Amino acid sequence: MPIKTVKEAINDALVQSFENDKNVILMGEDIAGGKGREQYQGTQDAWGGPFGVTQGLFTKFGGERVRDTTIAEAGFFGAAVGAAMTGLRPIVELMYVDFAGVCFDQMMNQAAKVRYMFGGKQKVPMVVRTVVGAGFRAGSEHSQTLYSLYTHIPGLKVVAPYDAYDAKGLLLSSIQDDDPVIFMEHKRLYMTSCEVPDDLKPIPLGKGKIRKNGSDVTIIAIQRMNLFAEEAAKELENNNISCEIIDPRSYSPLDEDLIYTSVKKTGRVIIVDESNPKCSLASEISSLISENCFSDLKSGVIKITAPHTPVPFSPPMEDFYIPSSKKIGDAAKELLNA
Amino acid sequence: MLDKDKLDWIYNKLFTIRFFEERIKKIAKEKSVPGYLHTCIGSEAICVGVMAALNKDDWISSTYRNHGHAIAKDCNLNQITSEIYGRSTGICKGRGGSMHISDFDRGMLGSFGIVAAGPPVVLGAALQEKINNGSKNSVSFFGDGAIHNGAFHEAAGLAKLWNIPMLFVCENNGYAEATATDWHLNTKELSDISKAYDMVAYRGNGNDVFEVFNLTNKALEESRNKQTPIFLEFKNYRFSGQYEGDTQLYQPQEEIENAKKNDPIKLAIDNAKNHNLTKDDIETYKKNALDAVNSAFDFADTQPWPKGEDALQEVYVNYPKEVN
Repeated sequence: MPIKTVKEAINDALVQSFENDKNVILMGEDIAGGKGREQYQGTQDAWGGPFGVTQGLFTKFGGERVRDTTIAEAGFFGAAVGAAMTGLRPIVELMYVDFAGVCFDQMMNQAAKVRYMFGGKQKVPMVVRTVVGAGFRAGSEHSQTLYSLYTHIPGLKVVAPYDAYDAKGLLLSSIQDDDPVIFMEHKRLYMTSCEVPDDLKPIPLGKGKIRKNGSDVTIIAIQRMNLFAEEAAKELENNNISCEIIDPRSYSPLDEDLIYTSVKKTGRVIIVDESNPKCSLASEISSLISENCFSDLKSGVIKITAPHTPVPFSPPMEDFYIPSSKKIGDAAKELLNA
Repeated sequence: MLDKDKLDWIYNKLFTIRFFEERIKKIAKEKSVPGYLHTCIGSEAICVGVMAALNKDDWISSTYRNHGHAIAKDCNLNQITSEIYGRSTGICKGRGGSMHISDFDRGMLGSFGIVAAGPPVVLGAALQEKINNGSKNSVSFFGDGAIHNGAFHEAAGLAKLWNIPMLFVCENNGYAEATATDWHLNTKELSDISKAYDMVAYRGNGNDVFEVFNLTNKALEESRNKQTPIFLEFKNYRFSGQYEGDTQLYQPQEEIENAKKNDPIKLAIDNAKNHNLTKDDIETYKKNALDAVNSAFDFADTQPWPKGEDALQEVYVNYPKEVN
């Protein structure tokens, strides 16, 4: 079976979607790149986006469907809403999720609400692909995750894949979905790889995944935090602690049943979220567990998150900011008095 | 010369909008209407003149001041009224209200409560038409206040860069909320703003329905032929306040009296003889419009309220049911 990086898997899903549906278009800043200097660069797409994820699409599908935009997110996000309403399936790239602030109105007030507030006749089948995550020494304005910002809004769906397999399967689904989907790609995961079948079917949104079966403690890990959860779980085997790792993959909708089933089995929960703690996915999932599994809990839910600060730049500070496998391991040991 | 059917349509719509807005203002004052109301008395000629140049299924976006656009776009008057009353048979099933009167089946992409939300959305519809070799026109309505907002500028820039045929229609009604246009403009004329995008702009008298109609026709043709966006500025006067209940202390009486001389309904009546319309014709238009308005309000009065739990419907196309 072919081994693919997350980046390749996403590119594959885009190519496949473009081939299968002529209504799929892509808009974003430098998603091709080098506009106006084509004669010098020896290729028609100099960048393929800042991470090279969309490399080759312009050459394959042309400028009508792969549209480099101006640095005008409100403009092309709003255009995606209108294009989606009238029959296209636009994918727009928000270069970093940190730029959400300049085009949040188009998602929060238009994409999310037109169907509802205009009587249910519209649908907005658009996808926002965006890059999230700390660990790139990229500073406070290029490192956030902001999962809960979009998850909070009724009308939007939010997906955050961990590995290449899920990235491809979930992106295929997101593009086929009739609602607006925020598809979050973690910059530190782009070069990680796993087996991805060429004929992978779309993975339904709202279905979580048990990444590891276990019996003592449930670790609910959000996107890149699955990496640390797996490291911690391996380490904890030495202490005879058996961890079950749940990757919800999709945050709106959220696979609550999968979470509750695991919590009822283990009675102990650690939630690991790279975001800031207040009103986060971690706090939301914690509250849902309290409401739905209170009598099954042997101990209070533990949240391991970033601190309530912006993402710092300097490596020691940024490393401190990001949750770690050690923190997860320590928490598990404390839970089990090991 | 316009044919009689077109003239009938234009005059009927002008009177319907005026009578509708006068009625809803009266009801809001004497009884009450749920929520915010933004009436468009003074905008009738722009609503009707532009829409008279459009086909039934052409795309438009409107704003919170949308009653006139919706009526001129041939949305069902009973359903409009029922929506303003918050009833279940409203045009948006009671989920929109006065600020969001919109019918997608009539080409309305939306009536947005956020200033300048419409232009980017219409750009997207126009882009879709271009990519699919479609034939529908795309028109975004917005007020003079919107021209300072980034979303307008971003849409204008992309529309020009991508050679997208669409119309940016600015209703320059003298006020951005409670701020006078002559205070907030940085350019001599509002439409000068389009020069930054090398976009063709035309200015017209927004009180003259026939001038609006002719200019819109010209702009639509040029926009299609040259595959380019065009900016239209129509000047008129906002007789209504920003919202119903606005004391309008900032609108001087003298200014209002002067504006009345150019009232779009008055001009249309004055113009009637140039179109071979008689006084009887005008009386017939008035009567028909008033009848339609009366029956719409009678209809809305009798309509059922939605159930509270109806609020849970149609947030998504597909979503696991346990969430709702």
